[in-house]
Amino acid sequence: MHTLYQGCFVKQDSMPQNIKIVHYKAGNIASVINALSRLGVRASLASGPSALKGAEKLIFPGVGHAKPAMEALKSTGMDQAIQEFTRPVLGICLGMQLMAARSEEGNMKGLGIFQEEIKRFTGRPKIPHMGWNSLYDLKGPLFKHVSEGSHVYFVHSYYMPDSSHAIARCDYGGAFTAAIQSDNFFGLQFHPEKSGPAGITMLKNFISL
Amino acid sequence: MLTKRIIPCLDIKNGRTVKGVTFGNLQDAGDPVELAAKYSGYGADELCLLDITATLEGRTTFLKVVEDVAAMVSIPFTVGGGISDEKQVETLLSKGADKVSVNSAAIKDPKLITRLSQAFGNQCIVVAIDARFDGNRWEVMSHAGTNATGIAALDWARQSRDLGAGEILLTSFTADGTRQGFSLDITRAVADAVSIPVIASGGAGEARHFAEVFDRGRADAALAAGIFHYGVTTIEKVKNYLKAHGIEVR
Repeated sequence: MHTLYQGCFVKQDSMPQNIKIVHYKAGNIASVINALSRLGVRASLASGPSALKGAEKLIFPGVGHAKPAMEALKSTGMDQAIQEFTRPVLGICLGMQLMAARSEEGNMKGLGIFQEEIKRFTGRPKIPHMGWNSLYDLKGPLFKHVSEGSHVYFVHSYYMPDSSHAIARCDYGGAFTAAIQSDNFFGLQFHPEKSGPAGITMLKNFISL
Repeated sequence: MLTKRIIPCLDIKNGRTVKGVTFGNLQDAGDPVELAAKYSGYGADELCLLDITATLEGRTTFLKVVEDVAAMVSIPFTVGGGISDEKQVETLLSKGADKVSVNSAAIKDPKLITRLSQAFGNQCIVVAIDARFDGNRWEVMSHAGTNATGIAALDWARQSRDLGAGEILLTSFTADGTRQGFSLDITRAVADAVSIPVIASGGAGEARHFAEVFDRGRADAALAAGIFHYGVTTIEKVKNYLKAHGIEVR
């Protein structure tokens, strides 16, 4: 019932939603804001926990190195604010990786929202894994109207090994977790904001949750 | 499977797309924002915007182009041309660029590659190498092909990777603008020597050339400008040709 209500809610395009984007040192914020505004959604930036008051959705983007990114989150208390957020959260790329239990990058502890660990690609022909790769085993609301085999844009040197909590998989010298969900937390290893129409559909689905 | 990428490149001068033959003889090729949107709609996997203005005024115009392209397209794009410090990279990324390419400044100060890759992540640092075949070996050219550095292209590619480059954009100065095909030997040598993706550039004339540079040149991506701007071929035609020849594309 609740889901149905929310679905109806978003269908009214003019209804504004309070969507926040975590603003810290490592965000690719412009791309995410641009993609949302192409969907007619205006999101605002949140640099600290107080900015999350009343937020209905949280997007946690990220590019760059895990360690300084995590330090930046800790310095503002955003680390805890993300962990305690009870509405839908979308971690993108490094954002997803920071939500894991640990990362080999900088050998550090993550937010622990996902129990999985982040490892460095080794033995692949090329690192970073950069470019368009196809998704399979798609599950859940984020991939509504997205077909199996859709290509999305990846750029990363660290990855989450294949997990039973994966809601999408990808293959790069072996299967890895392309997307994961734990309760209200979603993580995407690829960049939906840079993945053409398929990525836009996923962002639309997230907004409609 | 990871697909091969087709990357249209826009050389931008004073807010307009231009195209020359072997780095000279510039002709107007249209509004860059319109072209970027068009290519994105036609299935380009990525875009490359190169600022070839030398003036401060031109730079400001270029930043506006970057911003407008970022607002318009939902595919990644690389920005290059005259980048020499962290501040410029920060500005370009904040305007919505996904990657930046460095060329002459990195030749002058190779540690720039390391500084940039540590500050922004190696995934967004592309080292652009312009190489010319002197009949004997492939030499790195700097300053838009005007200055022979005496450095062997293969050595510089390896060094760039060691310093923290996330990708190599290898332009054959010898083939650029000729439409006679990519320089396959140097592309293959670089692609085999470095463990990071290599974008081949210079010489694309028809769909067959892309198949060659992916197969025999072992490139991960191929860049072209003039043939797309002037409608010699289209991204769709190139991709259909590649698919028909068993090369994975999006």
